[in-house]
Amino acid sequence: MVTFFGVPIQALMGQLLLGLINGASYAVLSLGLALIFGLLNIINFAHGAQYMMGAFVAWMLLTYAGINYWLALLVAPLVVGLFGVLIERLLLHRLYKLDHLYGLLLTFGLALIMEGLFRQAYGISGQSYDPPQMLQGGVNLGFMFLPLYRGWVVVVALAVCLAVWAGIEKTRLGALLRAATENPALVRAFGVNVPLLITGTYGFGAALAAFAGVLAAPLYSINPLMGSNIIIIVFAVVVIGGMGSILGSVLTGFGLGLVEGLTKVFYPEASSTVIFVIMAIVLLIKPAGLFGRAN
Amino acid sequence: MMWIAAIAALALAAPYAVYPIFLMKALCFGLFAVAFNLLLGYTGLLSFGHAAFFGFAAYVTGHAMKEWGVTPELGILAGVAVAAAMGLVFGLLAIRRLGIYFAMVTLALAQMVYFYCLQAPFTHGEDGIQAIPRGKLFGVLPLDDMYVLYYVVLAIFAIGVWIVWRAVHSPFGQVLHAIRENEPRAVSLGYKTERFKLAAFVLSASLAGLAGATKTLVFQLASLTDVNWHTSGEVVLMTLLGGMGTVLGPVAGAFVITTIENYLADIGAWVTIIQGIIFVLVVTLFRRGIIGEALAFVERRRRQ
Amino acid sequence: MTLKRTLTLAAVALFAAGGAAQAQISDNVVKIGVLNDQSGPYSDLAGRGSVVAAQMAIDDFGGKVHGAPIQLLSADHQNKPDVGANIANRWIDVDHVDAIVDVPTSSVALAIQDITRKKDVVHLNSTAGSSDLTGKDCSPTMVHWTYDTYAQAHGTGTALTKQGGKTWYFITADYAFGHALEHDTAEAVKEAGGKVLGSVNAPFPTADFSSFLLQAQGSGANVIGLANAGTDTINAIKQAHEFGITKGGQKLTGLLTFISDIHSLGLPTAQGLILTDAWYWDHDAASRAWAKRWSQKMGGGRMPTSVQAGVYSAVMHYLKAIDKAGTDEAKKVVATMKSMPIHDMFTQNGHIRADGRMVHDMYLVEVKSPAESKYPWDYFKILRTIPGDEAFRPMDKGGCPLVQASAGK
Repeated sequence: MVTFFGVPIQALMGQLLLGLINGASYAVLSLGLALIFGLLNIINFAHGAQYMMGAFVAWMLLTYAGINYWLALLVAPLVVGLFGVLIERLLLHRLYKLDHLYGLLLTFGLALIMEGLFRQAYGISGQSYDPPQMLQGGVNLGFMFLPLYRGWVVVVALAVCLAVWAGIEKTRLGALLRAATENPALVRAFGVNVPLLITGTYGFGAALAAFAGVLAAPLYSINPLMGSNIIIIVFAVVVIGGMGSILGSVLTGFGLGLVEGLTKVFYPEASSTVIFVIMAIVLLIKPAGLFGRAN
Repeated sequence: MMWIAAIAALALAAPYAVYPIFLMKALCFGLFAVAFNLLLGYTGLLSFGHAAFFGFAAYVTGHAMKEWGVTPELGILAGVAVAAAMGLVFGLLAIRRLGIYFAMVTLALAQMVYFYCLQAPFTHGEDGIQAIPRGKLFGVLPLDDMYVLYYVVLAIFAIGVWIVWRAVHSPFGQVLHAIRENEPRAVSLGYKTERFKLAAFVLSASLAGLAGATKTLVFQLASLTDVNWHTSGEVVLMTLLGGMGTVLGPVAGAFVITTIENYLADIGAWVTIIQGIIFVLVVTLFRRGIIGEALAFVERRRRQ
Repeated sequence: MTLKRTLTLAAVALFAAGGAAQAQISDNVVKIGVLNDQSGPYSDLAGRGSVVAAQMAIDDFGGKVHGAPIQLLSADHQNKPDVGANIANRWIDVDHVDAIVDVPTSSVALAIQDITRKKDVVHLNSTAGSSDLTGKDCSPTMVHWTYDTYAQAHGTGTALTKQGGKTWYFITADYAFGHALEHDTAEAVKEAGGKVLGSVNAPFPTADFSSFLLQAQGSGANVIGLANAGTDTINAIKQAHEFGITKGGQKLTGLLTFISDIHSLGLPTAQGLILTDAWYWDHDAASRAWAKRWSQKMGGGRMPTSVQAGVYSAVMHYLKAIDKAGTDEAKKVVATMKSMPIHDMFTQNGHIRADGRMVHDMYLVEVKSPAESKYPWDYFKILRTIPGDEAFRPMDKGGCPLVQASAGK
């Protein structure tokens, strides 16, 4: 058998594939963060809570209304996105004239409230959500048994990331968005409703987080703390990638998923910290991040 | 001066009216928040990883006193020294980025410290270091006496706050202020702002370590709670709530949050929800915090 | 009536009225404080359910002991040792609480152990797992009631190896607790003639176990032992199901898994899992009757966990001991508790050792498949009853100073 540093190549391929799957959620989450940051200049600390809400809403739809996974994949992001719009309209928009740190603090407070409310209502031991009938079971790839659902997650996450990227690079709305990021005053002078653009962007970012949450629902135990555990890693991903480019944040997400996957094979004890170590190294060498512009 | 005398008298008499352990806890968090505010309020840097210094110093002090049997003052000194060294490393990395990035970098670095504490044998994982002997300060003052301990903690608190006060009202503090208001301008005036920021970071980390080390003496334990990122969030909340424009504001915030945590303990997850609501209210409506709003109120009355 | 007889009667009356109630029950009230996690990871396992269980014990006992009313307090320690210590200190110093009950999570439990030992207050622990509570950190005022990590690990390791699981692979949470769990289980596996093929240290917390599960699957071991707890265990079991691990013939065992975790996972995912538990609500008529009463008081929909039943049993035994000893002085009550056998809906043959360990039978159980489960919460089939002396750590191996003292006498 061919081996690589003592690990059979076949096992390694399996682990890389798993890493890619985890990278998919990092990518979708950091994409949403980057979009929001680009236009609003705030770090959305509630991103993790919105991810958690996405999973919970999917579960609630199934439990209370019998709405299946496929519909939930549309409805849950919509619900959380509207919730995001409300937050932006009622609270966030008061803060744009102030130091950007206040946006971070406000969204941190919101994250605490959402987490607390779900804890109060559903406890912490977690809820269970089965993958849709169509995607249960798996295929034998020769080097590993791949559950169908995980394959679906990678494909759909990639598709969404590419679609968002294309939407921003190739459409008129995307062009406006890019222009508003660069110079909001100028865009406003052209008669574009910038506040609406901002509200929509925050809502869309929140919806992306919720979408990642629905994708994660059948994989993990749905519990109120699932968001806060992943968000800190995603922050590190964002710092490594730099938030200058959409494509950059997506690539970094997938890339770090792979690195983490490899660490789980060669030095599993470090797999929770490897991303932070990479972050420290990147900061030393290229403070603006891999794809970032110097500030 | 009247104010200071009144507060001092209140602090000296307090343990006879209020439960001393609670007071000491609030004082430790108060000092922690004051140290943190040196960065947020006076330098304009939001660190989201201050629990690392607070909690790790607690571990170092606890380990030194329990396993090596050193006296309390040496134990605290060891905790502060390690916190200062960590502050230097964190600071060197974090000040390479500004604003929001700074917050995320400190958060990520603190998370590394948390994972290290979880895995390292000397911290005893989720058990924590327990039953740490309080010993005798300088070999004479028996800290097992609740009142002696209280006055020692009060003295440490006063020294810590005094250091911050001195720093803020010195030429060093003036430069920090200039950095907060307009960093490019400070640079153009010829200040090496990075060095000043680093110095402020190290001082803040050391004092956060002092607060954590003192807390170890009070509770005789050091645990993962204190290095968790929730603690980093709490100290931000205390500072905001109390008011970051004043040296003593964060202390007021610390007292309120500690009170909520201890006296509303029967209501479970609501503690988190209340903390979140306070965050939102302070950020949207009362950005000056309790003390800031009170001072503004007094000022308005005086003008009338 | 002679003068002498009158005097004697008066003395007897005086003794009965004053002696029992005032002289020996401090403040003429017995206060019991349930200190646990009511909003975090242990809130379903213990939480409010433990408070209800303690109240049931007080009500079933009659609400009074030696004429003194029994009061119940409760608080949420939020899994923070300093919050827990603060509440305990206040309860003891200000409210004069006589016993602190439940106390999940070892960091808080060890802090409470230290306080109650110093301040001479009873500590009845049901939900914390640390075996040190009756080992090097034992206390003359403490009883560890329901389980500990040693018993869980040893019980599962021994029983499962004897059932044919000869080769093992561990997925271990990479911190002291996980390593202890793995170490204790591995020891039992080897003693029972099994073999450990390997282990992987997963960071704590981990959401995605697929990589580690693949490594475990690749080892070809008969049994995959999950040396972790809480959400980590739940995620690992969920993903093991996804990757078809149990369908491939390997057995999966959660070394610290409770019925509340199974409820959260659901039977389709959890079926076939093997675990050790201290008590099962559907075990016999007495446990069923109690569980149904408890469930009603909780508003229905849930059944009690072993640690909640343990809280009831511990409080009941504590009150009986006060009744027998005629005092609520901590050391005397606990000594009396140790002298009385325990025979209730929790255990038929329990006794408390000198180190404070309550020894009783444990059960090795397998989670039923959805087809086997006939009614709500019908989750376990009992594979084997593990005798208490086999499950719990022998007293001389714990290093409890109390044991050496009594052996030296």
